[in-house]
Amino acid sequence: MTATDTSARPSAVNESAPARPLWHVVLVRPETMTLVLLIAAVIFASHLSPYFLDVEYILRSFTLSAEFAIVALVLTMVIIAGEIDLSPAANMALSACLFAWAQAAGAPIPVAVAIGLAAGLAMGALNAFMVIALQLPSIIVTIGTLTLYRGLAQVIAGDKSIRVPDWFIGIDKVLVLGVPMPVVIFVVAALLLGLILAGTIFGRQIYQIGTNETAARYAGIRTRRIKLVLFLLMGAVAAIAGMMTASRLGSVRYDLGLGGELQMVLMAMLGGTYIFGGRGTILGTFLAAWLLVVVSTGMTVANLLPAIQLTVLGVLLIVAIIATNFIYSRTQR
Amino acid sequence: MSERGAPLLSARGISKSFAGVSVLRDVDLDLEKGEIHALLGENGAGKSTFAKILAGVHRPTRGTLRLNGEPVDVSSPLAAQKLGITLIHQEPISFPDLSVAENLVLGHAEGGWFSRVPWSQMTSEARRQMDLLGVDIDVTRPMRGLSIADQQMVEIGRALSSDSRLIIMDEPTAPLTPKEVDTLFGIVRRLRDEGRTIIFISHRLEEVQALCDRVTIFRDGNRISTDAIDKLDNADIIRLMIGRPLKEYMHKHNASIGDVALEVDGLTLPGRFQDVSFAVRRGEIVGLGGLVGAGRTDVACAIFGIQPAESGTVKVDGKPADIREPGDAIALGLAFVPEDRAQAGLFRTLSVEQNITAAIPRKIAPRGIIRRAVERVFAAESVQKLRIRLASINQPIGELSGGNQQKAILARWLLSDPRILVLDEPTRGIDIGVKAEFYDIIGELAAQGRAILLISSELPELLALCDRVLVMAEGRLTAEIPRAEATQEKIMRAAVPRAQIAEAAA
Amino acid sequence: MNVIRGILLRREAGIAAMIVLVCVAVGLYKPQFLTLNQLRVILLLVPLIMIVAMGQMLVLVARHVDLSVGSILGFSAMITGMMFRDMPDIPWGLGFIVAIGTGALLGLVNGALVTVFKLPAIIVTLGTLNLYRGLTFIVSNARQVDRQFVPSELKAMSQTSPIFGIPWIIFMALGVILLAYWFTRHTQAGRQVFALGSNPSAAALRGVKVNQITLLVFTISGALSGLAGIMYASRWGFVNPSNTGAGFEFQVIAAVVIGGVSINGGVGTVSGVTLGVLLLGCVAAALPLLGIPGTAQGAIYGAIILVALIIDRSVRQHGFASLRWRRA
Repeated sequence: MTATDTSARPSAVNESAPARPLWHVVLVRPETMTLVLLIAAVIFASHLSPYFLDVEYILRSFTLSAEFAIVALVLTMVIIAGEIDLSPAANMALSACLFAWAQAAGAPIPVAVAIGLAAGLAMGALNAFMVIALQLPSIIVTIGTLTLYRGLAQVIAGDKSIRVPDWFIGIDKVLVLGVPMPVVIFVVAALLLGLILAGTIFGRQIYQIGTNETAARYAGIRTRRIKLVLFLLMGAVAAIAGMMTASRLGSVRYDLGLGGELQMVLMAMLGGTYIFGGRGTILGTFLAAWLLVVVSTGMTVANLLPAIQLTVLGVLLIVAIIATNFIYSRTQR
Repeated sequence: MSERGAPLLSARGISKSFAGVSVLRDVDLDLEKGEIHALLGENGAGKSTFAKILAGVHRPTRGTLRLNGEPVDVSSPLAAQKLGITLIHQEPISFPDLSVAENLVLGHAEGGWFSRVPWSQMTSEARRQMDLLGVDIDVTRPMRGLSIADQQMVEIGRALSSDSRLIIMDEPTAPLTPKEVDTLFGIVRRLRDEGRTIIFISHRLEEVQALCDRVTIFRDGNRISTDAIDKLDNADIIRLMIGRPLKEYMHKHNASIGDVALEVDGLTLPGRFQDVSFAVRRGEIVGLGGLVGAGRTDVACAIFGIQPAESGTVKVDGKPADIREPGDAIALGLAFVPEDRAQAGLFRTLSVEQNITAAIPRKIAPRGIIRRAVERVFAAESVQKLRIRLASINQPIGELSGGNQQKAILARWLLSDPRILVLDEPTRGIDIGVKAEFYDIIGELAAQGRAILLISSELPELLALCDRVLVMAEGRLTAEIPRAEATQEKIMRAAVPRAQIAEAAA
Repeated sequence: MNVIRGILLRREAGIAAMIVLVCVAVGLYKPQFLTLNQLRVILLLVPLIMIVAMGQMLVLVARHVDLSVGSILGFSAMITGMMFRDMPDIPWGLGFIVAIGTGALLGLVNGALVTVFKLPAIIVTLGTLNLYRGLTFIVSNARQVDRQFVPSELKAMSQTSPIFGIPWIIFMALGVILLAYWFTRHTQAGRQVFALGSNPSAAALRGVKVNQITLLVFTISGALSGLAGIMYASRWGFVNPSNTGAGFEFQVIAAVVIGGVSINGGVGTVSGVTLGVLLLGCVAAALPLLGIPGTAQGAIYGAIILVALIIDRSVRQHGFASLRWRRA
């Protein structure tokens, strides 16, 4: 047999590939997909029920997912840095339980909040220690810590719910210019984190670590320190989200936020965050959070059982990663 | 040995190019039955590529292979194995968690998923092979934890149990002790006497002299000569290996050489390098030559804080430096352009601009907030200065050609305005034309008073650029040759490891 | 001497020692822990985990993970339970085929998503964990299958015994252990799973059909979860759409990891996993006696996973990894 002739490439190898036109760059971004889906979902849902054209209704619906959405913003950054954290929903439960337990035991609210926050930070630190110092894969580590944190919450709260004082209840009823507080916090957090990720050297280095950690190290980027900051931020934000949930629900049980890791990962994935790191934006996750709220609310209005909604979310997650991977494989030469 | 009749394997017109760069040109070679055939050449001469084509790791761009006169298509390592060709890597590829016996037969046994694993038969076959080789390895133990020498023996056993007629050994002796080398040679000779053909790739000329029947020399992707070993002495071989005319790549800038900028004393990292001491002055280009695996890159990584040395000191500008992370080194004015661009240099999917400015966070973001305009100016100036060819500064760097990628990485480090530059094989995989540009740039950098440590496997490059050439072999500095006295022969002689056979015999 | 040392250094010996330690410590404190009755409690606690853990072991050895086992268990149990309810006349033994088949199908879906789209198993199975749970609600209309619909023969398997008063269900778990042992040690496919996990690129070079083997391990994991599903119906006598199998994945992963299966693939033994499951069972059985509420179980599983990860890492670092390997 002759000539395994994989015909030599044209001699143009020396040249770089031509630049892509602007419309191409904009259109083949996953965020564009998210935005299109969001618009489509709103149009579809408004046919289902005129409620969906009512901004107030949408905003009120959003308060139900706002805590997860806030955490999903930080999770986006963690995934871009090439790690993952499945424990924040459990972290929310444990911090909220500790907070509620402390105030029930007579601690003044500021002290209780501090305890909750410190607990969140400590949980983030444990994740960081296992991942950074012991160099264990974050997916398995955070499955372990997810079980541990949720379990500890159960130890503290048992099967009972712990009430929080009346005046602490109702963060979702507080309106700022007609917008519920949790939504305001989410929007402010998105702006802040979006600016940090896109505009600061810290954000830039997150992308660089996620793209190629070795190269980042060679370029003098302190990769371990940045990951530590991210895990700590994750812990603190999860704790805040947990206490926000406590305020919204009025009481804390160990199963607060149960299964929330799915929604958080889903928001990040739907927003076009690349599961293998290095790509993604806060804008994408921001849009995806709204998309998810419209979809879930639409399903509720359509009288679908919560369990069926769960199915839809599961399917969405898988479809979102497949789509995102596809887009990135097409745009990466 | 050439009068044994039909060759076992004959290669005709084998050529190979990677991404348009030609690494092997029209190689014709006949391998006889029952010979030990050495392939020699400098790093990058094409001998390993040729061996990998025979073993199905690469497919040739052009050319034909005949095995016992029959045309064959070696499309994969598995296909090669079925044809009776086995490549034994320097550090064998194995399944560390499986037993020695399983490593020996995996891939041989056919049969359905749920067919039985014949443990006892497998074990006794493995024992038989190990006994035939005369080595004492418990075949029921896992592969993990075996010495490299023993792993090689398992690989050889593997080749024998699939009745390989052609066994290719790529630098098998490099990780072995003298005693292990002796054992290996005994076995290789026995295999030859059984009528098998062995291709032996090595840098150690004494070993080649002692073991091989014929030798083929490669240079720049061409087969230069094939001769019986007793017709050549070491000097002939070295001459043939480096025989190309020395091109005048550049006119050296006359930089004035100043104070010592980088001083390394007694640097040691067990297993990698021992007691390495040298100094580089301002405006000076010091070459660091040697063969691949001599420990040059490890020394550079130690200086730069990627894998710090265990003992020894590094001084920068005469002051002891405590470098534990690359960040520390950068703060002291060091820069390091790594050899493995894809793995340690590029952020493939990020823009050229971001790649270029990656090492100067303080300059583009004085208070942590990136100033786009400043960043753009830095990147655009670099692109212009180094003549990086691209369509847009925003395109992913992965879309650029190798030479332009390398220029962008160099640009990254030039922006940090380093006083000391360590360049590790900066021109590897780059076209000749672009190489010349690199040489100009390196000369210019020295003229600006920077200290440069240039690691290179290309002798002409070292000779043309460097004020002094240091040579490493097996983790130690073996020579320091001033520019006036440097010749390719001298460098090569210092780079080839001292014959361990001789030591063992002595 | 060397043989003894080898045995002592094996991971299995460590887990066995842990089991003895737990039993002795708890037994000293509460002597009723060391009674035959208590043994029965432990042995009835573990069969479901044991069966699913064998599948999870294969998935982990092949360098993946399956988070959806609990949901597959729940879905298979529900399908089988509904079949019993809606078609009371069919032979009850058919339930095993249905349950295992359903589980295998769901496992195959996991495997296909992982191989075809090259997605990380952790995210795929996080998705299907919720997807399958939701499907369970959909097919069942969120209604439980009550006790009276589960065939009494099936329920009897968890109580009646062929010999020595040991219920059938334990023999079934034993059967799965032996099957797993046979598969991992004596079949070509089993060894290829280990080859794949040990060195994926080399496995492909040596002709291991990587995609097929990956599909196979997920399918086996699904099928065993399905089997555990019908045994759940046998053990508890009902199937609930939200409780059945919920959170099971954490117990299983804890048992497998403590049993010495490396998260880096390639390493794991049936005996190690068996002991790991037993250890988990002892701990779970000891909790009520020690006055620790059942609510603490989750925290303990989580802690066990983390401790096992740290042990795994230090073992790897200090080079004892080779000693965990079973002799041929």
